[in-house]
Amino acid sequence: MLIDFFSAVGDVLSSESTYINGALFAALLAFAATGEWVAEKSGTLNISVEAMLLSGAFAGALGYHFTDSVAVAIVFGAIGGLLISIVQAEMSHRLTADQFVVGLTLNILVFGLAGFLDREIDPQATFASKLEIPILVDIPLFGEALFGEPWPFYLLYGLVPFSWWLVFRTRWGLELRAAGENPQSADVSGIDVNRRRRQSIYYAGLTSGLGGAFFLFARLAAFDDSIIGGRGFIAIAAVIFGGWTLWGTMGGCILFAGALSFQLSLQGLGYELNAELLQALPFLVTIGAMAIFAKRVRPPAALARPFIRGLK
Amino acid sequence: MTRGARLTEWVAMYVASIVAALVLASVIIEATGGDWWPVMEALVDGSIMAPGRWGETLGVAVPLLLVALGTVISAKAGLINIGQEGQLLIGAAFAVYFSFLIGGPGPLNLVIIMLFGALGGAVWASVAGLLRFWRGVPEVLSTLLLVTVSAQAIGYGLKQDWLLLAPGGDRGNRNQVSSQLADDNRIPRPDIFGNEFPITVYLALAMALMVAYVLARTVWGFRLRMLGHNARAAQRAGVSSTAYGASALAIGGAFAGLAGAAMFAGGGFSFGNFQLVPGFSDNIGWTGLLVALVARERALPAVVAAFVFAGLRTGAGFVNSTGVESRITDVVQGLLVLALLVPPAVIFLRDRRRARAAATERV
Repeated sequence: MLIDFFSAVGDVLSSESTYINGALFAALLAFAATGEWVAEKSGTLNISVEAMLLSGAFAGALGYHFTDSVAVAIVFGAIGGLLISIVQAEMSHRLTADQFVVGLTLNILVFGLAGFLDREIDPQATFASKLEIPILVDIPLFGEALFGEPWPFYLLYGLVPFSWWLVFRTRWGLELRAAGENPQSADVSGIDVNRRRRQSIYYAGLTSGLGGAFFLFARLAAFDDSIIGGRGFIAIAAVIFGGWTLWGTMGGCILFAGALSFQLSLQGLGYELNAELLQALPFLVTIGAMAIFAKRVRPPAALARPFIRGLK
Repeated sequence: MTRGARLTEWVAMYVASIVAALVLASVIIEATGGDWWPVMEALVDGSIMAPGRWGETLGVAVPLLLVALGTVISAKAGLINIGQEGQLLIGAAFAVYFSFLIGGPGPLNLVIIMLFGALGGAVWASVAGLLRFWRGVPEVLSTLLLVTVSAQAIGYGLKQDWLLLAPGGDRGNRNQVSSQLADDNRIPRPDIFGNEFPITVYLALAMALMVAYVLARTVWGFRLRMLGHNARAAQRAGVSSTAYGASALAIGGAFAGLAGAAMFAGGGFSFGNFQLVPGFSDNIGWTGLLVALVARERALPAVVAAFVFAGLRTGAGFVNSTGVESRITDVVQGLLVLALLVPPAVIFLRDRRRARAAATERV
């Protein structure tokens, strides 16, 4: 039994498709987690990331359905994510409704809405064309996973450093971090705390929408309401796992994507391990990783604390 | 402002937002080529008007209310438990396993089902409690991630005949179902005016009163609310956030588990027909959570909200016949919850603005 397991793991690790799947999952998580990282730096926690991803995927499908262009569809996806983030931001950081309540409701609403519209409109999608970077793509095992992906994948190589630059090298980023660490002081020094927070959520909506649309065109080419299937929550866990550093967050995305891809590859290679355990594995890994690391890291001091002037 | 004017303002805002949500839903129906009026009519028919339907709706409202009450308790302690779906499933699984393990005569077995259902939910929620207070994992995420794990655990259990799977003869040609609960072990479903509903309705109502009383009038409830309002002040006053927080989570889970047990023993055709099947929870946990949110985490308003949401669910069955996809009811639900979040927030902000204006005038 145990030897079986190790030989299975060995096979999975030496199969190229593991890395290709892993890279797709990691990219999905990374799109969402990068935006959510920015949003959490400003002191907000958005469980509506799941809804933003799903909305992005559905808007992407709609965009392709009406324009037959993947590029336009990706833009649609970003807008789809943005729309959800606007609702989240306005409700929780202008109207002062509880951010978890709003996020949860949005998740349920978008799930219902996407499912409903999917059956009514039934949008068609396709695979995005692959863009192979010469020479690099020939690296064994990793080559195709990192340099032979559908073209929207490469947006990530720009998005992640850009997000880092935005948060740590611009005035906007400084004000954002001030809003996340000490909103009272930020407010006194003239920063509109809730405005910065809203903007950071818009950013999360844009990147998550991109991520959802990317996943649609990279992996499934047909919309289904289970396309995201709780992976938005894993993206949030990746931010926590990474201790609110961008590189740690990316590490979390890769680890959790590994668990997701491991489950898939094992089935693909025809191993008969316990199917239920495999399905639960990514979630168990996520819980386990948070149990080990959650106490060793320091969150933004005002994370998930609403800011209302005069109330502490 | 006078009391009367304030009340009018509240009522007007709530009515306006509910209407706005329904209008938005109708616009979505019209935009996809359906007719909004028959859909709304079907919803009302299916939930209360057609013969036997309000009994059906009451039956669905029971687990929703129980889940919501549990959510109210954990929310009062300032904890965000959003894993009721999983706690309900594990509760139902505990109830099934122990009811067939111990057996016993009818009424006694019902007690066993209820107790172990609650225990199962409490155990599952306590996993999140342990992670929260021992390892510092936010309960928002752990409760949520445990939902998927619980669904897989039940799927596994339903394939093992030493756990939940029915022995060969019992299950006919279906592969993943538990044994069916014997007739004399079920929760009675008396027939009143042609409407049949389980007597757990009374239990759920009693529970709602009890939760409202405990939270408002007992020391334990007071400390719990204190913890929720200001954890630091509560700590200084000697309220252990670990003890109270963990127990609030566990009790919240117990209510969800109890809901699962009630669905198994008294749900009838709405829920698995006295058997545990894959997908048994059928979103009751999620909807119950919404009920608690709409009731703004108070026990008595949750009774009304539970009935309304149960109505949307039972009404959904009638919507299909209008040619509109029945998932529109999910949309209506989501829009309603979102709309109901607006009035309290707007009034809160307006009161602050008025207070500030009054304060500056005096200076």
